[in-house]
Amino acid sequence: MTTINIGMAVVLAVLYSVGFYLLMQRSLMRILIGIVVLGHGANLLLQLAGGPPARAPVLGTAPPAEFADPLPQALALTAIVITFALTTYLLALGYRSWVLTGHDEVQDDLEDRRIALSERPDGAMEEDTEGADEDTEDPGSAAASNEPAEIATGGPDASSEVSR
Amino acid sequence: MTATPEQKIPFEQWDAPSGEWTLPGACPVRTNRTLLLEAATRFLFPVVLVFSVYLLIVGHYAPGGGFQGGLTAGLAFVLRYIAGGGSEGVEIGSRLRLRPPVLMGTGLLLAMITAFAPVLVGRPVLSSAKVSFLGVEVVSSLLLDVGVYLLIIGVVLDLLRSLGSGIERDAEAGQGERP
Amino acid sequence: MSTLVTLPVLLPILGAALSVIFVRQATLQRLIGIVVLVAVCVVAAVLLVAADRTGPVVVELGGWPAPVGIVLVADRLSALLLLISTVVTLAVLVYAIDQRISDYGRDTASTTFHPIFLLLSTGVSLAYLTGDLFSLFVAFEIMLAASYVLITRRTNAERIRSGMTYVIISLTSSLLFLTTIALVYASTGTVNLADLAGRVAALPPGLRTLLSMLTIVTFGIKAAMVPLHFWLPDSYPNAPAPVTALFAGLLTKVGIYALLRTQTLIFPGDGPSAVLLVLAVLTMVVGALGALAQNDLNRLLSFLLVSHIGFMLFGLAVDDARGAAGTALYIVHHITVQATLFLVSGLITRRTGTVSIDQMGGLARRSPVLAVLFAVPALTLAGIPPTSGFVAKLALLQAGAAGTVGTVVVAGFVVLASLLTLWAVVRVWIRVFWGADKEPLPDDDPHDELVIGTSKTSAPMYVASAALVAVSIAIAAAAGPLSAVTERAGADLIARVPYLEAVLG
Repeated sequence: MTTINIGMAVVLAVLYSVGFYLLMQRSLMRILIGIVVLGHGANLLLQLAGGPPARAPVLGTAPPAEFADPLPQALALTAIVITFALTTYLLALGYRSWVLTGHDEVQDDLEDRRIALSERPDGAMEEDTEGADEDTEDPGSAAASNEPAEIATGGPDASSEVSR
Repeated sequence: MTATPEQKIPFEQWDAPSGEWTLPGACPVRTNRTLLLEAATRFLFPVVLVFSVYLLIVGHYAPGGGFQGGLTAGLAFVLRYIAGGGSEGVEIGSRLRLRPPVLMGTGLLLAMITAFAPVLVGRPVLSSAKVSFLGVEVVSSLLLDVGVYLLIIGVVLDLLRSLGSGIERDAEAGQGERP
Repeated sequence: MSTLVTLPVLLPILGAALSVIFVRQATLQRLIGIVVLVAVCVVAAVLLVAADRTGPVVVELGGWPAPVGIVLVADRLSALLLLISTVVTLAVLVYAIDQRISDYGRDTASTTFHPIFLLLSTGVSLAYLTGDLFSLFVAFEIMLAASYVLITRRTNAERIRSGMTYVIISLTSSLLFLTTIALVYASTGTVNLADLAGRVAALPPGLRTLLSMLTIVTFGIKAAMVPLHFWLPDSYPNAPAPVTALFAGLLTKVGIYALLRTQTLIFPGDGPSAVLLVLAVLTMVVGALGALAQNDLNRLLSFLLVSHIGFMLFGLAVDDARGAAGTALYIVHHITVQATLFLVSGLITRRTGTVSIDQMGGLARRSPVLAVLFAVPALTLAGIPPTSGFVAKLALLQAGAAGTVGTVVVAGFVVLASLLTLWAVVRVWIRVFWGADKEPLPDDDPHDELVIGTSKTSAPMYVASAALVAVSIAIAAAAGPLSAVTERAGADLIARVPYLEAVLG
């Protein structure tokens, strides 16, 4: 069992809360920064899991008893590389999204909205669509929709997409 | 304080370099050039490359290794791209004559072969041995590091090609169309 | 023998390296992909036989022994899942190659598709074989990074949206996984699974529960467990058919495998887990009801996928040898059948030019082969008696019936969800294959990878789908020996001793 000092605990708390807060935003850039901050938090936690600071674990520079635990450092290094690579990828994807759609907002799942709004012609399905609608609404709200009212009334781009 | 008439070169050019000092990259917009950076790159590029090889070699016992060395070498190429890549990115491509994916593949292949090689002599996969080579002790896992080194350079070059010059090309092609 | 365990991980990387080098030779690339996957299939089969006869096969990478170094372990469960996953991957590769040939021509090579496809296979193999929590994270990352590329290749505006959702959710779950690993390491000082099994037992119960719940949330997102499923029906349907088939077949099942491995090995409970039982019921029912509401064929199949994740969770929740065996058998059955359904859905879409069930009709008359190819896996999914789905569901129901009152009640929900599945696929059958003929719609965007309505299909695409149908029939035919293997695997999982002894010596 390793404990960490209060300063680091506060830093971790701030990193995690800022990261998750930014993840809930609608702009892709903010989500990206959120993931970066969250990644920093996770990597710092991994690093701290090795115990209090100590000498660099390089043979011959200090007696082995004074070494810091090298494993969390190796793990954190690997994790940093992975999060770095994936952040780059997300950045490229954000750019692509901007090229394709002209903005960088996370959009709603239109098929989902359509099903939630649709009035089924066959009465046989009526009982079930109610239960199912509740469920299919869940992804929409989870995808952080700020203006469900606008889409429900058929916002300009929603209606054009559906008709297509 | 005035230039003497018998001087052949005008005063403003007395310290002009005899050879080409800037990178030969095509840079259509002259105002975007940074002479200072281009000149510095000329010095820094080989130095950084040598340093990256140093990191690669010492990696087994000291901080460093294939990944770190590869990234450092990649940074050297990034510097060249920023200094002389211009909007075409042809500078690195035309000099290197090697497609980045091939570099990546070669690195990966080398690493895999090094991983498998111990099996041939009855050792477990990925194990390494010390080899005395011209009086210098070399660890066989250095080859794996060389593979990683090549792989990372390939990745950085590919990133420069697609995210650097690729985006610049997009931006130039779509000038005025984008919101 | 032990060197063989590394091959399913290293061979695909080797193949990826070669196919990047030979980036201009399209035929060579295809050949490399197929040869590598066939080789991995053979290796997996050998490993399964070896693991079944003599116990888990372990390799210590670099010669470093277990708690310090990284080990790869092929026990009955991982070898079995490795085999079936690779078979499905191979069939999907054949389908994808042929789809690419008929869409872009024979000479179109790709810098990304083949290497990335093989890297995905590496990630899946490593996830099954690794005996180390951090390598599991790395395996997930290899697999997911490859899947990000596959899902966002040649994107249009609609697919970049769904791809984005997928990437962000997966990244978030990866960071949660990393947090879990950090907490596990901080409390126990090891990341080796076998070593953890002993050390976690010594922790205070509160901390143990916290770690256990964190792994359930982390892997639950990957496995699309309700209420963490919302990303799946949004992102999968928009990808090209082979990619969706591969993801639906493998990725969620790797999440379930990770849950099964960690819950049985590190956090063994005493009796059925109430949390998992509730989650299983929610997943089964919400998924099935969601499927009934859909009009898009791929989304319908995605919701069914979510629903059937609940079945596997149920076996896990029962937490005894029979439950674990049932889950193992169900994973084997479901990997095959779900991938087949998505491949066939791709064929249907190419034939009719739409994914909307409303706009299809009368397909049984026009394409009887397609009708058969859809009907068999659909009925298998619903669990109609002679099929592998029935065998797998029976194993789960037996496990439930032998458990407590709670598991018996949830077993009732298993039957209910099966009936809802049957309802959903029958609806698809009636609307798509019966009814009035409808003209195929033209391809609305010829430049994206989703070529639909061109009815450009060729024999190997059908052959690949038919081969998977045959595999699922073979699973039903070999139900006896197969369920014997999964029962032994389940007993191993609960007993833990064979795994611990093999790894720690």
